[in-house]
Amino acid sequence: MRASLAGWMFAAPALVVLGVFFGLPVLAALLLSLTDFDLYALADPDHLCFVAFDNYLELLRTPMFWKALGNTAYFVVVGVPLSIAASLGAALLLHSPLVRLRAFFRTALFAPVVTTLVAVAVIWRYLFHTSYGLVNWALGHVGIAPVDWLGDPRWAMPTIMLFAVWKNFGYNMVIFLAGLQAIPQDLYEAARIDGASRWQQFVHITLPQLGPVLLVVGVITISGYFQLFAEPYVMTRGDPLQSTVSVLYYMFEEGFKWWNLGRASAVAFLLFLIILAVTTVLLRFGRRKALV
Amino acid sequence: MSDVGRSRTHAWLVNGALAVIALLSLAPLAWMVSVSFMPRGEASHFPPPFLPSMATLDNYRALFATTGVARNFANSLLVSGAITVLSLLVNTMAGYAFAKLRFAGRERIFQLLLAALVVPAQVAMLPLFLLMKQLGLVNSYWGVIVPAMATVFGIFLVRQYARSIPDELIEAARIDGAGELRIFFQVVLPMLKPVLVTLAIFTFMGAWNDFMWPLIVLTDQAHYTLPVALATLSREHIMDVEMMMAGAVVTVLPVLLLFLLLQRYYIQGLLLGSVKG
Repeated sequence: MRASLAGWMFAAPALVVLGVFFGLPVLAALLLSLTDFDLYALADPDHLCFVAFDNYLELLRTPMFWKALGNTAYFVVVGVPLSIAASLGAALLLHSPLVRLRAFFRTALFAPVVTTLVAVAVIWRYLFHTSYGLVNWALGHVGIAPVDWLGDPRWAMPTIMLFAVWKNFGYNMVIFLAGLQAIPQDLYEAARIDGASRWQQFVHITLPQLGPVLLVVGVITISGYFQLFAEPYVMTRGDPLQSTVSVLYYMFEEGFKWWNLGRASAVAFLLFLIILAVTTVLLRFGRRKALV
Repeated sequence: MSDVGRSRTHAWLVNGALAVIALLSLAPLAWMVSVSFMPRGEASHFPPPFLPSMATLDNYRALFATTGVARNFANSLLVSGAITVLSLLVNTMAGYAFAKLRFAGRERIFQLLLAALVVPAQVAMLPLFLLMKQLGLVNSYWGVIVPAMATVFGIFLVRQYARSIPDELIEAARIDGAGELRIFFQVVLPMLKPVLVTLAIFTFMGAWNDFMWPLIVLTDQAHYTLPVALATLSREHIMDVEMMMAGAVVTVLPVLLLFLLLQRYYIQGLLLGSVKG
């Protein structure tokens, strides 16, 4: 009895904070997305009207929403595999018994993860500057003409993808590294005795053994990449030609620039549903392949 | 090629590839530091210089004298510090309760918390802003601190760790007549020390680097945290590369140093947190 009371007392502060400042707002967002909450309602709640699913239906007819969704999907579809491949490649290299200075390399590769996103985004903006940037200068040496990285609608999103890979690959690398260390060595020895090549060992031992880790990393990375916001906010402001407006960037502008909070909530919920759907499909797929 | 020769080539390839990746990882940060010491305008030349022709602290002086970054630095320190201390206390108490104290509905509530992890934080942000407005916390430090005072991740981390505390130890303290608070502070907390260090680093870095919510809830320069201030400054002073790099150094350096000093704990937390799936 005493422990039960104590349990509630100890859990209460956290539950109150999470309930009031997360649970409640999430439910409120759902309700808000069914209203026409805008600047007028912000000033005088009497203006508020229930509009059912109008916000959602209207969004589906808004070209800018589709554009934002398309940009975000582009970022996820190309950025996530690129990120995971970079993480896995780096982890495999670091895992090799031939590595000297392992601790130094691990720290160096991980460093971008702990840096402040806004600050390093500012750095990248200058590194990718058309005339003075180091990137175009380096490419000039191999005969590539200067690219207007962040000013050309074709290149802005790929530049942000590169940035995201650079910033994030260390995180999954550490997780992969732990996964690699957990693979029993005798599997490789048996394969070597059978004359399997390095590539065969990778495909038939490493990848299947990493399966569950890959699945977790995939789910975390996908839901993270769907939440793209600060990169375009700092590097491009959604430009050029709105080629880097992400769903959250669109939500931010709708909500906090135009104060269409009802509409913006609908955007947030649609994004949530999309993330939920994609990760659920991925987990199903993983389960069918008996990864988890 | 002989076997020895082949493995030596292989070692060269592996270490060479790692050296290239390390260079790519660190070069932007090294460039940031270098440019921050360049005389004004030097970085905007072609070919871009790697090192300052003459190292100067002018950019840092100008930054602190003209932009109010000192205030933003203090804001970041205050907000991140408060979030770390408060959330550490709140999360640890809850984590301990979920691990060691039996109470009605415990398992169901914990499942609910884990399920809440799938909801992106941004879904809550619009109503949260309205709530903060009602509470009069918009454009105040508390507006940033309060919603961050408890996290599912923190509770989960502490719970995983606290489960290894032997029940007998807590029972013995109870039989000796110790109150629940005293048991928590004198018996449980000391045993949780490693996970507390991990959680503290994670929380502090997360709070320091956080951008979207502070951007929404803070509305004037005097209250901005460093990332928000830097994002705004970099838009106003877009031509001023050297000063912006000084600003980036000031923003990144504290968390980078913290990580370098305590990286063992940080990596541990990352691995503990990622197996939650």
